[in-house]
Amino acid sequence: MSDKTVKIYEKDLHDATSKQRFVKVGVQVLIYAFLILMAIIIIFPFYWMLISSVKSLEEYKQTIPSLFPKEILWSNYVEAFNQASLGRLFMNTLYVGIVSTLLSLVITVLSAFAFARLEFKGKNALFAALLATMMIPGELFTITNYATVNSFGWMESFEVLIIPFLVSVFYIYLLRQNFMQIPNELYLAAKVDGTGDLKYLWKVMIPLALPTLISITILKMMGAWNSYVWPRLVANDEAHRLITNGLRNAFTESTGDVNIPVQMAAVAIVSFPLFLVFVFLRKYIMKGVSRSGIKG
Amino acid sequence: MVESKHQWKAWLYLSPAIVLLLIFTVWPIINTLRMAFLEGYSTMGAVGGITYNFGIGNFKQVLQYKDFISCLTNTMLLCVLTVPLSTILALLIAVCLNAIKPLQRFLQTVFFLPYVTNSIAIGMVFAAMFNMVGSAFGGENEIIITAGIINNVIEFFGGERVNWINSGSSYLANITVMVIYIVWNALPFKILILLGGLQSINKQYYDAAKVDGTSRVRVFTKITVPLLSPMLAYVVITGFIGGFKEYSSIVGIFGDDMGPTGDPRRLNTMVGFIYDSLANHQGRASAAALILFCIIFVVTMINLYVSKKKTHY
Repeated sequence: MSDKTVKIYEKDLHDATSKQRFVKVGVQVLIYAFLILMAIIIIFPFYWMLISSVKSLEEYKQTIPSLFPKEILWSNYVEAFNQASLGRLFMNTLYVGIVSTLLSLVITVLSAFAFARLEFKGKNALFAALLATMMIPGELFTITNYATVNSFGWMESFEVLIIPFLVSVFYIYLLRQNFMQIPNELYLAAKVDGTGDLKYLWKVMIPLALPTLISITILKMMGAWNSYVWPRLVANDEAHRLITNGLRNAFTESTGDVNIPVQMAAVAIVSFPLFLVFVFLRKYIMKGVSRSGIKG
Repeated sequence: MVESKHQWKAWLYLSPAIVLLLIFTVWPIINTLRMAFLEGYSTMGAVGGITYNFGIGNFKQVLQYKDFISCLTNTMLLCVLTVPLSTILALLIAVCLNAIKPLQRFLQTVFFLPYVTNSIAIGMVFAAMFNMVGSAFGGENEIIITAGIINNVIEFFGGERVNWINSGSSYLANITVMVIYIVWNALPFKILILLGGLQSINKQYYDAAKVDGTSRVRVFTKITVPLLSPMLAYVVITGFIGGFKEYSSIVGIFGDDMGPTGDPRRLNTMVGFIYDSLANHQGRASAAALILFCIIFVVTMINLYVSKKKTHY
C-alpha cells in the first residue's frame, strides 16, 4: 500500500518536472523567436541600404523587389561620391572634428583638473552653476549665438563650427569624476618632489584617465560627423559645409521618383566610418553613453 | 589641501572654459530672456535703432500663431506615442536578452547598432523604404512602378498598400512613419541602460522567488520592475527630453520641408519653429524657446515626482 503511494508520488513528480521542463523549453523558444524577429527588424534598414546601393535603377524599380541584387553595380558609389562631392565634405568634417577635439580636450582637462585637485573660493558654487546649465535645451542658446557669431563676422568660416562648442560641461563633469578617483597622495608626493602641475597632469593624471579621454574624443568626432542644424545655419557654403548637411543638401528629394540607389550609396559612404567606430571602439562609446543619454 | 596662495592658478586653468561659457552660454541665457520680453524684437531692427516695448506680446503672438500650435501638437503627439512604446519594447528586449545565454553578446551588439548612426542618413533609408514611385491616387497616366519595400511586405501578407510619405499622404500615415523611425532610433540607448540595470540586480531575489515557486509574471512585476525602476525612470525622463527636441529625424525622412510634397511644414516641431524664426524674428524665437524650456522642465519635474513615489532605490 505505502509502496504504491510512494510510486504514485514519484510518477507525479516525474510528470511535473517533465512538464516544467517542457514549459521552460517552450519559453526559451519564444524568447529566441522574439529576439531574432526584433533583431531582423533592427538590421533590416542597414541591409536595405546596402543592397539598394548596388542595384541598377531598373532593378530597384521592379514591382516585386529583389532581396538580393542580380548584378552588383559599384558605379553607384562613384556617382554618389561625385554628385555630393563627398571628398570635400569629408575633408571639411575631418578638419573641424580634429581641431575641435584637440582644443576641447585641452580646455576640458585643465578645467577638470582645477575642479578635482585645486582649492579656490566659490569652487562648489561654480561647479553647481555649470551643472545647472546642462538642463537648458541647446536651442535656447542657438538664437543668441547665431546673432553673436554674425556680429563677430564669423559666418561661413571654420571658427563658427569649432569655437561655440569647445566647452562641454558634461565632459568636464565626466573627467572631474575620473580625476577624483585618482588618490590625492600622488599629487602631494609630486608637489614634494617639486613637480609642476602641468607635468603632473601630463605624466600621471592623463595616462590614468585615458579611457575617459578616448570616450570624449570619439563622442566629439561623432558630433562633428553627425551635426546638422548649426552647420546648416551658419556655414552652408561649398568651402565649409560638413558631411551630414552636405548629404541632405545633395539629395534634397528623398521621396518620389529619384535615383534611390545612388542616394543609398551616398548614405552608405557616410555611415561607413560610424560603422567602423562601432566595431572597434564600441566599449568607449557605451561607457560615455550610459552616463549621459546624450547622442553625439 | 593646497596652499591658497595659488588660487590664481585655478582661475588660470579655468579661464578658457569660463570665457567661452560667458560668451556662448551665459550671455545667451540673459539675452534670450531679454528678447523674449521685448515685443516684436529683431536684432536687425535693434541695430537699426528701433526700440521695443517691454511686455509679454511675443508669448501671446507665439501662442496665437497657427503654425506654432501645429508644431506643439506634432511634438506632443510624437512624445506621447514614442516614449511609452520604445520603453516597453526596450524593457521586453532587455528582459529577454537577460534570460538567454547562447547568442546573448551577439544579439546585444545587433541591438546597439542603430545607436551609432547618423539620424539624417538613416532617415533617408527609411524614406526609401516607405517611398512610392508613381501614384495610384493622383494622375490617371501614372501607375505605381515600385510601392516601396514596406508596402511590398504589407501586400505579401494580404494587406492594402498605403501612401506613407508621398504627395497626398495622410497625416496619420506620416506620423506612423515618424513613430516607427523614432522608436527604432531610441531603442539601443534604452536597451543598453535597462540591460545594465538588469544585470546588476542581485540574483538572490530570483533564487528566493524560485524556492517559493513564484510564477514568472509575478517575478517580473514584483521583483524585476521595482528593482529596475530607477533605470526606467531615467530612460523615460531622457526619452521625454529628447522627444520634445525632436527635429533631425523628421528632416531625415521629409527633408528641410518638414512635410510631404505639397504640404510643407506639416510635421514641423517646436525646435523646427525656433529655427524657422531664428534669423529674423528673434523675439518670437526666444519666447518659443522659453516655452519649450518650461515644458521640458515641468515634464521632468512631474516624472521625477512620480518616480520618487514609485521608485525603490
